[in-house]
Amino acid sequence: MSDQTADRALDRVLTEPLPPPGAAASRKRFAVLADAARLARTRIGLAIVAVLVLIALGGPLIAPHSPTEFIAIPNSPPSGDALFGADALGRDVWSRFLHGGSSVLWLAVASTILGMVVGTVVGLIAAYSRNWLDDLLMRTNDVLLAFPQIIFVLLAVSALGPKLWLIVLTVGLTHAPRVARVMRGAALEVVERDFIKSAEVVGEKRWRIVFGELLPNVTSPLLVETGLRMTYSIGLVAGISFLGFGLQPPTADWGLMINENRLSITVQAWAVMLPVIAIGLLTVGTNLITDGISRALIGLDRKGGE
Amino acid sequence: MSDAAVVDVSGLRIELGRTGNDIVAEIDLEVVAGEVLGLVGESGSGKTTIGMALLGHVRGGGRQTAGDVVIDGRNLGGLSENELRRLRGGVVSYIPQDPGTSLNPALRIGIQLTETLDAHARDRSAEQKAERVREALEEVALPSDDLFLRRYPHQLSGGQQQRVAIAMAFANRPKVIVCDEPTTGLDVTTQSRVLETIRDLCRSHQVAALYVTHDLAVVAELADRVAVMYAGRIIESGPRERIFAAPRHPYTRRLLRAVPDIAGKRTVVGIPGRAALPGNRPEGCAFHPRCPLATDESRTVAPPVVELGGGHSVRCHNHEASFRQPPPEGAGQLGERAIGDDVVLTVDNLDAHYGASHALFAIDLEVRRQECLALVGESGSGKTTLARSVAGLHQFYTGEVRLGGDVLEPSARSRSREARKQIQYVFQNPYASLNPRRTIGQSIARQLQLFFPGDRADSGRRVAECLERVALSASAASRFPDQLSGGERQRVAIARALAAEPSLLVCDEVTSALDVSVQAAIIELLGELRKEMGLSLLFITHDLALIRTIADRVMVMTQGKIVEHGTVTSIFTAPSAEYTRKLLANTPSIEVALGHAAAPAG
Repeated sequence: MSDQTADRALDRVLTEPLPPPGAAASRKRFAVLADAARLARTRIGLAIVAVLVLIALGGPLIAPHSPTEFIAIPNSPPSGDALFGADALGRDVWSRFLHGGSSVLWLAVASTILGMVVGTVVGLIAAYSRNWLDDLLMRTNDVLLAFPQIIFVLLAVSALGPKLWLIVLTVGLTHAPRVARVMRGAALEVVERDFIKSAEVVGEKRWRIVFGELLPNVTSPLLVETGLRMTYSIGLVAGISFLGFGLQPPTADWGLMINENRLSITVQAWAVMLPVIAIGLLTVGTNLITDGISRALIGLDRKGGE
Repeated sequence: MSDAAVVDVSGLRIELGRTGNDIVAEIDLEVVAGEVLGLVGESGSGKTTIGMALLGHVRGGGRQTAGDVVIDGRNLGGLSENELRRLRGGVVSYIPQDPGTSLNPALRIGIQLTETLDAHARDRSAEQKAERVREALEEVALPSDDLFLRRYPHQLSGGQQQRVAIAMAFANRPKVIVCDEPTTGLDVTTQSRVLETIRDLCRSHQVAALYVTHDLAVVAELADRVAVMYAGRIIESGPRERIFAAPRHPYTRRLLRAVPDIAGKRTVVGIPGRAALPGNRPEGCAFHPRCPLATDESRTVAPPVVELGGGHSVRCHNHEASFRQPPPEGAGQLGERAIGDDVVLTVDNLDAHYGASHALFAIDLEVRRQECLALVGESGSGKTTLARSVAGLHQFYTGEVRLGGDVLEPSARSRSREARKQIQYVFQNPYASLNPRRTIGQSIARQLQLFFPGDRADSGRRVAECLERVALSASAASRFPDQLSGGERQRVAIARALAAEPSLLVCDEVTSALDVSVQAAIIELLGELRKEMGLSLLFITHDLALIRTIADRVMVMTQGKIVEHGTVTSIFTAPSAEYTRKLLANTPSIEVALGHAAAPAG
């Protein structure tokens, strides 16, 4: 064990000469991200996500038609005017596609952020307290984990109506117990280290220890978990729209587009395929980035001398 | 080159990857049958790399680029991976540093020992193997009954685990054995028995042993010859008596002065500067930046090996001058100190529980102003629990802890800010006690902000002052802990504690994670700070030799009780408790090993 750590220490000493003190802070904070960015998978992921984000945010500006305008015969094939044909109601598929990305994106981002914040706070508090509070939080967590996320969300949305804030809230909150469990696990090891005790002995407040001492030392799992939760959020949000509990017609939305056009998939596949491909690629892209970061963290793809 | 040498290493050079930086280079060494060669060096000196090379193994990232390792007439460089595997554990075997991790926790002891035999002597019958396993266990003074064979590693003590590892190493009657700091994690009593076992087995079976360690006192007791490493080179080697009595290399001389000795009344002196790690080694003699005798020649030309006769050789341009120079003197921690009459800390009838177990029984102690009270005990004696109770980190106790006249609350959080300010705690492991995501400056500034909240101006200057106090440059403030060496980190931890301007510093094994030369420097520093700042120290350690140079009074603890209490002199010259005598007798000592001093009373 000590041999391995010595090895690693030796490696570091050998490969990296002591950086100038000024560069130290930035090196420290972004080393993992820089490492990750050197990996092919991360770059591919970043490229995919960048293109899709661009489409989702900039799409409405370049869309040739209004998303709700009837421009052709329903289910008509691609033509000069309608690049990917018309949907089941005769609206331009390409324009609806360009308009329909932003809702998926911001719903997913908002619910991921909510889930990460709540989950991290709960997880870190549980890890630091290690008493009845830990038990209470984690057992509650276990109960919540027993419900499939989608069921929980559908339950809330069908009871209170298809409100967007409700989707963000429920998707976010159902992420939270999952995030909490991971963050608690990551923090448990850090909590045992002496610098935490050293903060206790000088009387630092509990919240300062949790957020000042503990949190900066679990940023790596935090990054990975954020990416992972983003992937799930995209799927969930799109799924909810598909089931009809998200944005309501006639709004353009990728999930909704799949639902509206699924019956005519054999006649006019583009109206389904475009959003499916986009959602799929977005998921794959975020996943690749996450994978790149986690690989950089454990040093899997580091070029060794062996 | 003698015919009898079982281990013959010549011109060995191991580089790191393609960098061309050497980890070790120009290594020549021989070990004959029945001889123990002590390979001594501090961390990063390359000693473990050489130990591994004898097993035909180069650590990940390393590459052997020159030289030969010949074991029992066979050059390891010419062997295939299969042949090497047969060699390892058969002809050459290895005793690891930490048996707790090298034994398979899921297998019974008997099965693990039989496996070792299976790998090398397939033709033996099951009865023969069972017989051999029992023999191997008896050799290391372990029980060999079925009950013991059916135990799992976790059911054994650390010492027993190490004995099992030794039994495994000797089971196939190897010709060469490599010991990689096998007693580092053990208590002195256990250590001395384990060392005895290794020595006896090597002698009786005529095994050539390479004993890799950082502990000079252990080498003095065990080795026949000694090789001292610095920055990947053997800088001095020779018979044990020559190395310890008449060392030539400035590094060896200073290293010996850094080792605390129970039999010597001298103070310890650290080596200034930073160890030269691979890839960052100076031109010429790698020791020159830390050497008081360095000349232009040593700055530019790597010194050749100089044979001094009698098997003693040294790698230094100025070994004559070094030999004539008197050894460095310490800052004088010994001698009279003005100890105040007022009591800073009182512990009264303290009983503490750790989970279900009773860790401390009716402890009473007092620390006076400017006094250093040392608390000595082996692992599990309760010394850390006591220290933590004093600091407010362990709250499950009855009895009283008083600061001046005020009774303190058990938990640091419920104590007054003044109480927390007055008692500061320095942790054992500086690798864990500093937040890795904060710069040194941020860590110290936070401490200042906590205890002097009204006084926010000039934080940068005050941090620099704190660093200066522990002999670090102000530029360290912008560094992160992992950019500093272990010794520098411990200095930072001390600087942070002192930033609160406490009256009592609780030091919990503050040097046990550090190299000897660094340990000596930290001890010197604490001695000076005590004088300068009028500090009282509660110094917790397992190392009796260490306290001789720093403590005024000593308390010896075992199993949660204080068994002996007295001044340093009285403890060393006239120990009253049986336990103290046993500790003293088992603590390895260079002076005693060489016959320069009588074993301490007892």
